[in-house]
Amino acid sequence: MSPIIKTDGLSHIYSAGTVFEQAAIKDINVEINRGEFVGVIGHTGSGKSTLIQHFNGLLKPTSGKIFVEGEDIWEKPREIRRFRFKVGLVFQYPEYQLFEDTVYKDIAFGPTNMGLAEEEVDKRVREAAAFVELKPELLEKSPFELSGGQKRRAAIAGVIAMNPEVLILDEPTAGLDPRGRDRILGEIKEYHEQRSNTVLLVSHNMEDIARYAAKVMVLNQSRVFMYDTVESVFSRARELQEMGLSVPQVTKICLRLAQAGVEISPQTYTIKSAKARIIELLGRKRPNEAE
Amino acid sequence: MKLSDITIGQYFPGESPIHRMDPRTKLTLTMVYLIMLFTARNALALAVGVLFVLVSYPASGVSLRLILRSTKPVLPIIIFTGIFNLFLVAGEVVWSFWFLSITDEGIRVAAFMCVRILCLIAGSALLTYTTSPIALTDGIEMLFSPLKKLGAPVHEVAMMMTIALRFIPTLIEETEKIMSAQKARGADLESGNIFQRIRAMLPILIPLFVSAFRRAEELALAMECRCYHGGEGRTRMRILKVSWIDAAAVAFTAAFFSAVIAANIYAIDLAGMVSEL
Repeated sequence: MSPIIKTDGLSHIYSAGTVFEQAAIKDINVEINRGEFVGVIGHTGSGKSTLIQHFNGLLKPTSGKIFVEGEDIWEKPREIRRFRFKVGLVFQYPEYQLFEDTVYKDIAFGPTNMGLAEEEVDKRVREAAAFVELKPELLEKSPFELSGGQKRRAAIAGVIAMNPEVLILDEPTAGLDPRGRDRILGEIKEYHEQRSNTVLLVSHNMEDIARYAAKVMVLNQSRVFMYDTVESVFSRARELQEMGLSVPQVTKICLRLAQAGVEISPQTYTIKSAKARIIELLGRKRPNEAE
Repeated sequence: MKLSDITIGQYFPGESPIHRMDPRTKLTLTMVYLIMLFTARNALALAVGVLFVLVSYPASGVSLRLILRSTKPVLPIIIFTGIFNLFLVAGEVVWSFWFLSITDEGIRVAAFMCVRILCLIAGSALLTYTTSPIALTDGIEMLFSPLKKLGAPVHEVAMMMTIALRFIPTLIEETEKIMSAQKARGADLESGNIFQRIRAMLPILIPLFVSAFRRAEELALAMECRCYHGGEGRTRMRILKVSWIDAAAVAFTAAFFSAVIAANIYAIDLAGMVSEL
């Protein structure tokens, strides 16, 4: 199967040709397959935001190419909008982009720009609102009357309503409380499973990445440092820590336990699997104790 | 054009004598320079005015190319004023076509006007290029502080100016972010007629206003948390001091001003002498 997004030697230099010249991303070659859930990590300034803004053509590469469904998106710059509907991008703090007088109209902004018929727009708005668990009666309210978490979910619905092939979310849980965070991530996972669309999740939270993503892209100093399965990325804990990143807490605990001689694999990334292994180990010990 | 390319009123840090001058001196001398430009009544006097700005720029370390860049946005106004004066000033007709006629006086006035406006902009741009916004508002506050006795809210106005200047880059960044977010939802900002374009700006302006108000509230709260209560009894971190550079600058400007006045008088004598002959 051909990759949904492919980049070929992608580089972006800000303020090219001046003294302030600075490469934000350098020579990026990645292939993202259809239906994958990819976590994107990297410390601040590693080029994550610049990279994801290339995937839907908001930024034009200084050199290199981006292919969406095998098409070079900058071949016809006039048609760039087509790719923005295919690759939906939810920015950080997306609630600051709400502007319409009702939540319904705001969610409908994207689908309407796509030129869809009114019934289709209506269908998509209601579906998207259902995905982010916004009650139908909230749709007629002003977006400025909603709570912080509701605003965030309404803004995400605005992108989901375009039904993009790829959904990219830049730290969708920043500034939310733990419950709001789990809720939004749960909804995104459900969306991913039901629509089997591709999802890219930018996050600083290694637990969230381990829990939801199948593959992880690590950016460091403007380059892709690793792009592999969650298991193989988090098994390189030392390298990640050297570049100022981390591994999930539970992985750290299992590493320490393994060092202390406990028979537990340091390649444990979720609390669920750690719990299962610990219960297994405890179960094995009890008969010995009974002797 | 990208929003971040706007340079009006931009400050270029440096260590030149002009940078080190007291903002109050710079403000006053800029005003004096503007008066000087309008005092000049003949070509010779105006040439002295032009020379003033041409000498000041190299002394500031700011490149001359920047003057050209600073005048770019007002170029249409200069051209408009020039054409207006060219055709509408009465005098001896040198050239006419249909209802349009150019007079010798018209040419003179138009040329004077264009040179004056150019110098005016170059001169005031030099002030903002070499003075940080904070120093500038400090200077304005100090210069206008006598008005406090009359009950004018001088400190408050200066503080508002400081805050407004401080937030220009922030709001530009915010605008670019919101534009990207709406473009990601398929907003079309580049095509359509004027009404469609104005309508297309709404999804950007509304969130921008909302966020400006939010920022204002947050800033007010942060200021109150740090016990800000206005200008009364407030001491300064940077105390403005007048140095020998300021004295030299005043002398320099005074010399030019005298030269302009001398040129005005001398030219009149010259005209008188010509008529006598």
